[in-house]
Amino acid sequence: MQFLSYLISGISLGSVYALIALGYTMVYGIAKMLNFAHGDIIMIGSYVIFFAFGSFGWNPVVSVLFAMAVCTVLGVTIERVAYRPLREAPSLAVLITAIGVSYLLQQVAQLLWKSDPKSFTSIVTAAGLKPLALFEGQLVISAETIVTIIACVIIMAALTLFVNKTVPGHAMLAVSEDRGAAQLMGVNVNATIALTFAIGSALAAIAGALLCSSYPSLSPTTGAMPGIKAFVAAVFGGIGSIPGAFLGGILLGVIENLSKAYISTQLSDAIVFLVLVVVLIVKPTGLLGKKVNVKV
Amino acid sequence: MALLEVSNLGIAFGGLQAVSQLDMTIEKGHLYGLIGPNGAGKTTVFNMLTGVYRPTEGNIILDGKDITGKNPEAISKAGIARTFQNIRLFNEMSVLDNVKVGMHNQVPYGLWTGILRLPAYREKEHEMNRKAHALLKIFDLDEQADLKASQLPYGKQRKLEIARALATNPKLLLLDEPAAGMNPNETEELMQTVRSVRDQFGIAILLIEHDMNFVMGICEEIMVLDYGRMIARGDGKAIRNNPKVIAAYLGGD
Repeated sequence: MQFLSYLISGISLGSVYALIALGYTMVYGIAKMLNFAHGDIIMIGSYVIFFAFGSFGWNPVVSVLFAMAVCTVLGVTIERVAYRPLREAPSLAVLITAIGVSYLLQQVAQLLWKSDPKSFTSIVTAAGLKPLALFEGQLVISAETIVTIIACVIIMAALTLFVNKTVPGHAMLAVSEDRGAAQLMGVNVNATIALTFAIGSALAAIAGALLCSSYPSLSPTTGAMPGIKAFVAAVFGGIGSIPGAFLGGILLGVIENLSKAYISTQLSDAIVFLVLVVVLIVKPTGLLGKKVNVKV
Repeated sequence: MALLEVSNLGIAFGGLQAVSQLDMTIEKGHLYGLIGPNGAGKTTVFNMLTGVYRPTEGNIILDGKDITGKNPEAISKAGIARTFQNIRLFNEMSVLDNVKVGMHNQVPYGLWTGILRLPAYREKEHEMNRKAHALLKIFDLDEQADLKASQLPYGKQRKLEIARALATNPKLLLLDEPAAGMNPNETEELMQTVRSVRDQFGIAILLIEHDMNFVMGICEEIMVLDYGRMIARGDGKAIRNNPKVIAAYLGGD
């Protein structure tokens, strides 16, 4: 029963990683860059919810929607100002810029909101949802856990439908496969990349809300570690692949939680990264990674 | 007025003048061939016409509009479509979806309609599917519509590239070595297809090809490029007997 409880909270943590990993993987697939500022967008989103809901007392759902809007604008602005001018630049320049943007966001947050952690009130509990008790109370699943898992599944399904069944989604697929050819077929590449950042950032706001509801401490570096872990999840599942991000995220969360429970709390992160190394040795493109086409 | 008027077009990469002083006139509904030895600058001309390269001199006028130096999206919208020397299909997407990407510039619904799947979405998607299927039928690809593009045999991939280019509703279609790597039967079939595309769509076609039987067989006018300059233009017979062309291909002076 205890195992089941660890497993379920692992899936919940993994769902958050999956939501964040989606942002990494979609941006990588379409813009061919690693947006290391993605984790910090989660942090900004969480602060927005913290103030909207905690200080101004807005409705929790409205707060999350507002944070999504703020993060979308922020993500698109970052892309426009920092990344688009470097579209033709070497990928190392873009990578360094992304790390710079990440530090910028963290420092600005520190200036505005100070570095001491704020205690985040769970928006899930506030929305009036109750924990679920199973097996005559032997297994209690928190409302946060349930909401996180359900939200992740719904978002994955919606995103898969959007990408595979709509015109803007097809444009995203086409740009990710061959940007030049897509542009020659009349696809607006800049708009498609901006859309990708918008979706990734909106999901980051949701991930922030869920993350801080389960782990209620919010500081300017809150987004950094989940950001890195989600990046690992994206690589683990095969970067560029949407189902890969989902699978990688869930597996990573489960492995992390089970190692915490049964092996060692301190070593759990090391174990997570060790698993990544092993997977990459056996399958360098990740679990669901696309095969690399060699161009001749 | 001609459909496409190119005047004094040139491009230099650093110190290398790849194409210079190129003049070209293309009329609606005609088939043109662009030939020349390897490295003569044929694909570079295509890349300038489609906005992949920005010309360093000269003008490109399509249907009375100056499109010189515009980006590929804008040129695609203005009405030039192309295929590639090395096939560049969206391999992971279905045959049908490849064609639908080509229809992107005629997207009949907005982003929110797609995200929220409003009623207009179903209707417009249906219409796009119908158009895409009709286009695939012309190329005898409709039965493979749901396959991934990479699963098609080589000859059919070439055809799909043409279908995808036509989906952008072009006025001028550029084909970069459409018969490359095809066997004689496939080449013969492709000639029929190219001719029927021109007749059915009433568009102009400009093609680069090394297979002389193909070029002589279908092109009404042939232009010969050598070292980035046009050295001859005329019908097949005139080109075959042109001493400059013979010299360019066989060497000598």
